[in-house]
Amino acid sequence: MKFGVLQFPGSCDEVDALHAAGKVGEAQLIWHGDRDLKGADAIVVPGGFSYGDYLRAGAIARFSPAMESVIEFAHEGGLVLGICNGFQVLCEARLLPGALLANANLRFTSRLLELDVVRTDTAFTRACAPDSAQAGRLMLRIPAKHAWGRYYADAETLAAIEGAGQVVLRYAPGQNFNGSLHDIAGVRNEHGNVFGLMPHPEHAVEELTGGSCDGLRIFESMRSAVEATALA
Amino acid sequence: MTGTHDPTLPSLEDALALGLTRAEYELVCEKQGGRAPNQIELAMYSLLWSEHCAYKHSRKLLRTLPTEGEHVVMGPGENAGAVDVGGGLVCAFKVESHNHPSAVEPFQGAATGVGGILRDIFAVGARPIAVLDSLRFGESSSPRSRYLLDGAVAGIGHYGNSIGVPTVGGELYFEAPYEHNCLVNVMALGLAARGRLVRSAASGPGNALVLFGAATGRDGIGGASVLASAELGEQGEGEQDKRPTVQVGDPFEEKKLMECSLELLDRGLLVALQDLGAAGLTSSAGEMASKGGVGLDLDVAKVPLREPDMEPFEVMVSESQERMLCVVEPANVEAVIELCQKWEVGGAAIGEVTAGGQLRVLRDGELVGEMPVAALVDECPLYDLDPRKPEEPIYPPPPAAAELSYASPPRELLLALLSCANLCSRRPLFEQYDSIVQSRTVRGPEQADAAVLVLADASALAVSIDCNGRRVAADPYTGTVAAVLECAANLACVGAEPLGTTNNLNFANPEKPHVAWQMTESVRGLGDACRALRAPIVGGNVSLYNEGATGPIYPTPVIGMVGRLPDARRAGRLGFAFPGDEIALVGPLRHSLAASELAKLLGEPLPDGLPEIDLEAVGAAQLAVREAVRAGALSSAHDVAEGGVAVALAECCLIGGLGAQVELPEGLWEPAPLPLPPDPASRDAVPPLLTAALFGEGSGSFLVSGDAAAVRALGERVAVLSIGRVGDDVLSIVEGGALAGTMLTLTLDELADAYASLAELFS
Repeated sequence: MKFGVLQFPGSCDEVDALHAAGKVGEAQLIWHGDRDLKGADAIVVPGGFSYGDYLRAGAIARFSPAMESVIEFAHEGGLVLGICNGFQVLCEARLLPGALLANANLRFTSRLLELDVVRTDTAFTRACAPDSAQAGRLMLRIPAKHAWGRYYADAETLAAIEGAGQVVLRYAPGQNFNGSLHDIAGVRNEHGNVFGLMPHPEHAVEELTGGSCDGLRIFESMRSAVEATALA
Repeated sequence: MTGTHDPTLPSLEDALALGLTRAEYELVCEKQGGRAPNQIELAMYSLLWSEHCAYKHSRKLLRTLPTEGEHVVMGPGENAGAVDVGGGLVCAFKVESHNHPSAVEPFQGAATGVGGILRDIFAVGARPIAVLDSLRFGESSSPRSRYLLDGAVAGIGHYGNSIGVPTVGGELYFEAPYEHNCLVNVMALGLAARGRLVRSAASGPGNALVLFGAATGRDGIGGASVLASAELGEQGEGEQDKRPTVQVGDPFEEKKLMECSLELLDRGLLVALQDLGAAGLTSSAGEMASKGGVGLDLDVAKVPLREPDMEPFEVMVSESQERMLCVVEPANVEAVIELCQKWEVGGAAIGEVTAGGQLRVLRDGELVGEMPVAALVDECPLYDLDPRKPEEPIYPPPPAAAELSYASPPRELLLALLSCANLCSRRPLFEQYDSIVQSRTVRGPEQADAAVLVLADASALAVSIDCNGRRVAADPYTGTVAAVLECAANLACVGAEPLGTTNNLNFANPEKPHVAWQMTESVRGLGDACRALRAPIVGGNVSLYNEGATGPIYPTPVIGMVGRLPDARRAGRLGFAFPGDEIALVGPLRHSLAASELAKLLGEPLPDGLPEIDLEAVGAAQLAVREAVRAGALSSAHDVAEGGVAVALAECCLIGGLGAQVELPEGLWEPAPLPLPPDPASRDAVPPLLTAALFGEGSGSFLVSGDAAAVRALGERVAVLSIGRVGDDVLSIVEGGALAGTMLTLTLDELADAYASLAELFS
């Protein structure tokens, strides 16, 4: 299982993502100027401020040569995970529905959050197990840190993605500080192979530095999905 | 100087306008071989001979500080100092100020403060791993304070968050003397492999000088001389005019510049590296040449410009951000430029190292300025201070909080302290910062007294920044000793031993005798405390003329300290952790209300002096706590600081989410000799002994929790007093002995409500 982690000028969390992915498989960086995805089985578009987030978060990065290959990879069914700025890039690239707007409080906000897992039959959450301590509730504790994380889609799109079961993670009650519609924290595409979320699973892979290991479930789910495809 | 003046050359009046004195101007003429300097030369001298660049009022004092020790790898004089942290790694760190720019334009002032200190760190070849900030504003009731706070915090976040370096700690105080002259000090830490640090000395005549990063524009011209080395005027007046001297930061440009610099060093392509900060190319080129004992030829026509028609002097003094200067062997120039292209930063060879000791400025090959490097960089006259202790108090008493006195019920005093702007939770502030990027943060804000960052070998760095300016104002010597001890105490609470210290000496106008006295006493305290702790000074900064129309700031020697602990998993925590744990006070209990937070709240004038500190006893307590934390014996450790034992207890409860039942034994308190306030009539009541016991402040004591055996074991090494147990959801403090009675009972919710008051300032 090989993860490829994109690196743009202005990426900040690519090394963290590399480290997290490296805990469940092989992982290597892919430079934004390269079209070669180096045989990756899954792609991570990491957090940060690609190209300074000038113009609009993610708006420039979607045109990079590496992203052209990722778009092609996604259209062929490859697994793509977008974290924070990566989520914004995937929305800009129209691989995911909706857009991310400025937080309701208009400030960069960093907080460890509780997220409800809406469904576990996805390539990105299949390794999430009910938490016995939470009376069977499916909950992940993962930090978020962003200024532009308010998930928005028009009413029609929102109804469509809810109807198609594309919402994968929601902010638990009281946790939606950015004002996302329908408390949406993470959403996948119709086909189910592309997933974006504002919280940072790569920052919750060790108790020592994350205060939680719940983020690992996302990467383990991806490995499990890739392995299942390989067997099929 | 000759009697006749060439009218094409700048005059004495021009020199005075640029901040030089008449005597300094005459000395410049002498250094220039008896001729008046031309415009570009005068601009360069005026910057490098400014207080900001030449340290002309502080250099003699700084020479008294301890700078050597077993862990020191690089001491003062380089872009940042560095200590050995084991595992083949060194940690480079430094604190710097951006006070006047932030007072004029808080967002960009603070943002470029972060950018500047980060460049200092990667200029020595270390990858920045953490930022801390130390902020001072006027009283929180002042609209100007709120404007500056909001702007500065947003600026720090904007730059630090965007560049991928976590902001892991800091401190914030509101005091009236900072009303017109806020302080924004930023500290950064970086890591490098031992032996891979790079110095800034230019060498090798014939080697190329390459400028890389952002293009040079007209921003920040005169920042170091006009803005940083003079007092600020009346609020509003003149500040608008100074706004163009503040630079504008671009964190994306810096992020690319940082990655590019580190990769250039990694590939061994550089001979020397230096960032461009205050005084731009003038200072960077001058310092590189001076340190290497060489000369430089520099052609301004080769400098990539943002605006095409810039004059040579403008190119030389521009403080455009996000630029670096390096020395490269001729054979490597092409590779350096190629790597700049990879990172999409500009890069151009703009000159070369020469054998003579002259700094020559050319335009398209034509000589437009020439100065001896030594004269420019090292021969600015140094001034002796004329310290005199003021006979009258310098600072007016703080405004008193209504309806409170020493006789108020302790519960009301505690709630007032917990909700006051200096002590309430910093959460609304630190939530605006990314504290976790780079995946090293083991203890971040409000998790422990010091930030803790894990290293590859599972050991960890700890870092703290601190200074209580009010206490330094009351007693510059003892207050400074206390600030150093506070940093070391914070390190002890996470189990770390100090390795080295950095400092930013923020003072008012050094030409005034009372300020000179504050500086002299403070630096003496700094030296004594660092020697006692074996935590030498590896670098720092001096910021003078912090003075507005309403008077001087509190003397504020901000201390940053870096330490090490062997096992990151055993890093100490601040909050109570387990119901049933015993709570104990550790170390000398010599608390007094002199210059305390409670005294401020009640409008007390500053006392003339603080109780003497027993450095040996404090050091012993810190050692004992540090070792108990390292051994994993304690559940929590917190130093008793502002607000005394009562506030420390409340903080341990709030952070841990657990209550505490505490009994303070009768006769416990050895009242420290309390210097009387200048005007005894101003006190309506002598504080009751118990009020002093609850809210008094002093160096050296800790509040710890753990199982009974661990607390007993600690008691075999140092004075330990058991005072209660962790549990339930109330904090109750009762008085023991004959006077037994409840002093206060507060639920966690009541404490939390009071503690959350900072949010109002950001609304």
